Amino acid sequence: MIEQLGTIAPQAVPAGGTPVVLTLTHAELRRGERVLWSGLDLELRRGEFIAVLGSNGSGKTSLLHAILGRLPLSAGALLIDGRPPRRGSDLIGYIPQQRAVAPHTPLRARDLVRLGVDGHRWGLPLGSRGLRRRIDDLLTEVGAHEYADIPLGLLSGGEQQRVRIAQALATDPTLLLCDEPLLALDPHHQHAIVDLLDRRRRAHGTAVLFVTHELNPVLPLVDRVLYLAGGRFRVGTPDEVMKSSVLSDLYGGSVEVVRAHGRYLIAGAPTPHHPDPAGGAQP
Amino acid sequence: MNPDIWHQIFNYDDYGQLLSLVANSIIAAAVLGVVGGLISTFVMMRDLAFAVHGIAELSFAGAAAALLLGVNVVAGSLAGSVLAAAVIGALGVRVRDRNSAIGVLMPFGLGLGVLFLSLYKGRSANKFGLLTGQIVAVDTPQTAWLIGVSVVVLLVLAVIWRPLTFASLDPDVAAARGVPVRALSPVFTLVLGLAVATTIQIVGALLVLALVVTPAAAATRVTASPRLIPLLSVLFAVTSVVGGILIALGSSIPISPYVTTIAFVIYLACRAAGAVRTRSGWARRPPAVVAG
Repeated sequence: MIEQLGTIAPQAVPAGGTPVVLTLTHAELRRGERVLWSGLDLELRRGEFIAVLGSNGSGKTSLLHAILGRLPLSAGALLIDGRPPRRGSDLIGYIPQQRAVAPHTPLRARDLVRLGVDGHRWGLPLGSRGLRRRIDDLLTEVGAHEYADIPLGLLSGGEQQRVRIAQALATDPTLLLCDEPLLALDPHHQHAIVDLLDRRRRAHGTAVLFVTHELNPVLPLVDRVLYLAGGRFRVGTPDEVMKSSVLSDLYGGSVEVVRAHGRYLIAGAPTPHHPDPAGGAQP
Repeated sequence: MNPDIWHQIFNYDDYGQLLSLVANSIIAAAVLGVVGGLISTFVMMRDLAFAVHGIAELSFAGAAAALLLGVNVVAGSLAGSVLAAAVIGALGVRVRDRNSAIGVLMPFGLGLGVLFLSLYKGRSANKFGLLTGQIVAVDTPQTAWLIGVSVVVLLVLAVIWRPLTFASLDPDVAAARGVPVRALSPVFTLVLGLAVATTIQIVGALLVLALVVTPAAAATRVTASPRLIPLLSVLFAVTSVVGGILIALGSSIPISPYVTTIAFVIYLACRAAGAVRTRSGWARRPPAVVAG
């Protein structure tokens, strides 16, 4: 892994700019007859944070699956550090939604992190002192060390998501893919998780692709927004994309965007974007 | 209690002699305990207890058919098991589909088994043994079969252990990390089928769950450590089955009540211990250390 990183990093540095982590060129993804998105051009640079927004079924999660090498593009190109996507690449860390963990699930916090380190390898989980130290370091990095030995099912949702971040960082990835990691968390825990992601990208230059229904909790971090809707998309800074004219055009209907107190409130989009009552106007 | 009845049930007069007669069975039972204990940890992780029951009934039908046709009973029960595992694997990927498929399959298998047994004209002890377990019937060639199949099961488990754990407990992230989540499912179901077919030879089709579900169900009550759970689970399974045989030797009652009772008592003890551990603060954090 270290060799790979060493050889890739210089290649990915364009003349004078921040290295590009992810490149999508005229990318298109179809599921059956339906085009989820097409003509997608996107470059994600080191340390950049892009929020991916859009209604259900607009292909947000499919985009993550394409980057993970689980779904082939139907047209165009996708490069990660200058190479085509590969399943199980160490360059990518993946943080899923927080889901309820069944009671008596045979995992402690440290075991979930360990799955991220070597769970994909064949054979028995023999372990070593070095591995244990590595897991301790990862848990410390996300502030989860004090509950390292507590069963996952006994941790709160916010604590579980911290552990998930440690798991995703196990391979020291250059790109973090987050699929609605704040869902089902209260604002306090949302803030803690967002803060962790921000610190990670500042300290290590990890790029973040963050799929979400809710832009506001991550707004302070967002460099750019990728908005997917109805087979089309728009990329730009939050101010460029989160406008009534842009979203109305994307959805082909009247959408009202209001910016107030550092938050975007949307009314009239075909599916609810905001679970909070302020923006939750539904057709 | 009337000492006569007691003496009818338990008679350890010729225990040493009996022991040498059933040495084969005890070796086979210990191996099955190891297999059952290990496989049960994954049965718990994957929530497959009902599938175990379904596979067991078809395995019973296969064994009954073999008895009727006069061929190797272990081979018959393996055939039934593998068939059931394949059908369950093919019919239901989602839990709800899977459970209804098993619910449909199970009575059919049991019915077939009863049909074959009623047509069988041989020793009636053989018939009953398939459902409720037997030890004396385990002869040397059968022991060789059991151990052979068990070794295959253990080898496959050793190879797929880590990715199977990942895929069972954290399928989303496992798939993202390149684990062949979907391919592992039928592989495990097949291995489970083999394990169930061999376990049936000792405890019978109706009581397989005591060795393939109960041990890990008990272990997960007292620990969440992925290293301790399989160890405890094997310990519990071997204790149940070998202990059950050793007690059953001097008794006129078949082995299965002993095996299932020991397994059940272990489970109750683990539940109690787990409840105490939870109450005394399983989730309690160690006193705060100054974070760097």
